[in-house]
Amino acid sequence: MPDTITLPNSLRSQPDASGHFGAFGGRYVAETLMPLILELEKVYKEAKQDPAFDAEFAELLRSYVGRPNPLYYAERLTEALRADAPEGKGAKIYLKREELNHTGAHKINNCIGQALLARRMGKKKVIAETGAGQHGVATATVAALFGMECKIFMGAKDVERQKPNVFRMKLLGAEVIPVVSGSQTLKDAMNDALRHWVSNVHDTFYIIGTAAGPHPYPELVRDFQSIIGKEAREQILELEGRLPDMLIAPVGGGSNAIGLFHPFLDDTDVKMIGVEAAGEGLEGKHAASLAGGKSGILHGNRTYLLQDEDGQITEAHSISAGLDYPGIGPEHSWLHEIGRVQYMPITDDEALASFQKLSALEGIIPALESAHAIASAEKVAPTLDADQILIVNLSGRGDKDIFTVASALGVEM
Amino acid sequence: MTDRLSARFATCKSQGRAALITFVTAGDPTVADTPAILDALVEGGADIIELGMPFTDPMADGPAIELANLRSLGSGTKTKDIFALSAAFRQRHPDTPLVLMGYANPMLVRGSDWFADQCKAAGVDGVICVDVPPEEDAEIGPALRGAGIHLIRLATPTTDAARLPAVLSGASGFLYQVAVAGITGKQQASQAAIEQAVGALKKATELPIAVGFGVRSAEQAGAIGRVADGVVVGSAIVDIIGSHGDAAAPFVKEFVAALRSALNANSPHFRETAA
Ligand SMILES: Cc1ncc(COP(=O)(O)O)c(C=O)c1O
Repeated sequence: MPDTITLPNSLRSQPDASGHFGAFGGRYVAETLMPLILELEKVYKEAKQDPAFDAEFAELLRSYVGRPNPLYYAERLTEALRADAPEGKGAKIYLKREELNHTGAHKINNCIGQALLARRMGKKKVIAETGAGQHGVATATVAALFGMECKIFMGAKDVERQKPNVFRMKLLGAEVIPVVSGSQTLKDAMNDALRHWVSNVHDTFYIIGTAAGPHPYPELVRDFQSIIGKEAREQILELEGRLPDMLIAPVGGGSNAIGLFHPFLDDTDVKMIGVEAAGEGLEGKHAASLAGGKSGILHGNRTYLLQDEDGQITEAHSISAGLDYPGIGPEHSWLHEIGRVQYMPITDDEALASFQKLSALEGIIPALESAHAIASAEKVAPTLDADQILIVNLSGRGDKDIFTVASALGVEM
Repeated sequence: MTDRLSARFATCKSQGRAALITFVTAGDPTVADTPAILDALVEGGADIIELGMPFTDPMADGPAIELANLRSLGSGTKTKDIFALSAAFRQRHPDTPLVLMGYANPMLVRGSDWFADQCKAAGVDGVICVDVPPEEDAEIGPALRGAGIHLIRLATPTTDAARLPAVLSGASGFLYQVAVAGITGKQQASQAAIEQAVGALKKATELPIAVGFGVRSAEQAGAIGRVADGVVVGSAIVDIIGSHGDAAAPFVKEFVAALRSALNANSPHFRETAA
């Protein structure tokens, strides 16, 4: 495909040989895990060169995930924003419909790819961490598909908050392990998944759910998720005959965002916004690692983290469980520092308003994560000309969030 | 320069026994309790002290040490307290080597030079950084070596012969042989596996070899002490602090003394003097 050519000065040639994106990334793991991580890197390099690997991945994305999903012109949202915008303003908004994938989010793209790698490495057991349960459900799904034994680590608080997804994972044959340590949320689930992995390296593959962790995870998760941007690029060229002016995606760890952005990184006219969860606002509790954090080391990589002056990790907060994490993938830290991508904080309240707005205007209930991106688009589109094009990544559907949203709105169900 | 670590290993060797290396978390349960606990370790017969720097996310540790980390942070332990505890320890125990053990983020948050300077000023002899493998040595290694602080590396059951040279290059003080592929505290390695691992390492390095992870009893310590240059005990001591809190020191001393007797029992020197 023409969009995969990498030029010498390309922004798409990261990470370097040791897994660094500029000053970020790397492999900060216990010695016990190092040999396995080096082995994974080797296996992934071979798989990338193997047309059969690519063909099987593509076929599963087509027949099992339901790709390609549409790039949809959100006309009513576009018009509603134009109505309040100055004359001639109000960009045309397209939605990349990741929420139509099997299991309802982009997470499955990555899980299929990693399950193929696990099989290639001869591992019959997979583990994963999950916050909202989306990555847990996607991992349990591919484990069922590949006939692998599956354990999902989930903070005890999240197990309580996300009962439907817990039941889904169990139906799919996974064992859900509530994590009672620390803050009992996503970062603690990741700690316990790492603890389990270190004790079971010989037969277990860790399917990390976002573009973070030790090298080569940020790279391979990005590559598997890049199907989002590759499709969007082809689709917009077909629909509009040109590239978009702007891309917007929500950023938890950053996998859906880097998946959309990466194929466009060398197209200098395409601007990009990654949306961080500002929770109660940047002065209160939030999960905006770039806006409110600084560089540090956690979960295998150097990246921006929410932390205090002693380097202790501070608890994140977002109404969206999928964004409720005190770190961010290392490639985003790098893209932030070089200024290629702009990162915008969006609060719980703004996301809640957009959650309702998109549902009512377009008949699409977005995931709360994706609602953050919609809120950002609502701010940005009216500042762009009406003939400009904006693509928003609708990373997931909101069925999982209806209880959270109802309770935030004071509605009894 | 007198190097406290090599001096202590030499002393132990001359006594025909392994060094007893004990781990506790700084500030567990509070900063005020730590000096008495450190003194109890020394009085009980510990040769080398590993002082854990608490971290919110100790992902290489099992429940015992994880809880100790959270108790310490919960009672307000700060990095400056850990260096103050270290400096005061150095005053009270001029010859006992002190090693800081912990995770990269709290060590590096103010930069590796800052950390190395603080270690030097406080009389810290070595550092074990759990989540900086040789591949990322540039983060911390040059600063520590520049300040004359040992960077103690870990070898694990997954460290194969091809990888071992990378682990050994830049390692100093001693080599920490992690007995099990896993986290601290829980599983125990078989004596045979430990002996095999220590044997392989001894062929590859002159550094003293200390074995740790899962060593819980005097009996185990004694058995490992017959083949290794040092035995590390952590979770079992941390458990005592967990159950006795601010009254833990005498219990810690008693347990450490039992560990030490088991190591002494391997030694002709001690058998004679005891007789
Ligand atoms: C629908 C959806 N979007 C976004 C995210 C955030 O993750 P990432 O930043 O890796 O895409 C999640 C995570 O659970 C999610 O479920």
